[in-house]
Amino acid sequence: MTLPLFFFYLFSATCIGAAVMVISSRNPVHSVLFLILAFVNAAGIFLLAGAEFLAMILIVVYVGAVAVLFLFVVMMLDVDFAELRKGFLQHLPIGMLIGLIFLIELVLVAVGFVVSPQVAAESVLPINDTISNTRALGQVLYTRYVYLFQAAGLVLLVAMIGAIVLTLRHRKNIKRQDIGRQVGRKRSEAVKTVKVESGKGL
Amino acid sequence: MNELLSQYLPVILFIGLSAVIGAALLFVPFMVAVKNPDPEKVSAYECGFDPFDDARMKFDVRFYLVAILFIIFDLEVAFLFPWAVAFGDVGWFGFWSMMIFLGVLTIGFIYEWRKGALEWD
Repeated sequence: MTLPLFFFYLFSATCIGAAVMVISSRNPVHSVLFLILAFVNAAGIFLLAGAEFLAMILIVVYVGAVAVLFLFVVMMLDVDFAELRKGFLQHLPIGMLIGLIFLIELVLVAVGFVVSPQVAAESVLPINDTISNTRALGQVLYTRYVYLFQAAGLVLLVAMIGAIVLTLRHRKNIKRQDIGRQVGRKRSEAVKTVKVESGKGL
Repeated sequence: MNELLSQYLPVILFIGLSAVIGAALLFVPFMVAVKNPDPEKVSAYECGFDPFDDARMKFDVRFYLVAILFIIFDLEVAFLFPWAVAFGDVGWFGFWSMMIFLGVLTIGFIYEWRKGALEWD
């Protein structure tokens, strides 16, 4: 039991350290790289908790794709940091006020929020230890939770169409290669013979 | 539970070994290799002239579109894995539920194809 415990502390310590570095490092690209480190360690913690499928999906989707997207966003922003820090002191009081309000709200939620015991008893499925994690997920995801599953599909569709509508701009006056036209071109419509009289040119 | 984790022990060993090899390849040149730095040698090389500007420049937004379309299909494939593993258990209902899901995303795929989002004009 000591080895999983050791890895749990290793992963969680690295995860917290990386998360602190995400918000404290000056270079936003370094921030994103620390975010990837935090994702990988969170996947390790999922694995220790027995949630194999979630751990692998975290690595595939978050580390592979979302982190790349974050890098793009960070590089596309092209933030001028001297410009950003200019109004720092001036906006400090209102920033601290908003931070204080958020802190109070968080404390209120943490203290006052109670999960009703019968909700947990009714909605949670019993864990079946005899089958693998991924299979247990698959048994309920497509039948019992079919509406949520289809809603996920619709969300993905909306995301796809939204990304295309927002970012796709076809440039005008661009010569695209059209292989069908290129191959279907005939000699008669491409080349013509012109008789040029000597000394005159075309 | 513990049996599951012991299956991942080779993965940890593999990661540890590759980290050791990678770190060795990184640090050994610092100690062993001959170093004769020279301002011309250590400067960035860009076809013989001084580099124009920073490598951190704005990307074309089309890279972003490709990345976000990749993520969407990545998630679609992520939904296919548990379905494939539990295929025998979910029956016809689960089969058609997945077919509808794929159909919805195929509509999006046809839309993006017709719009020319897959072309790099």
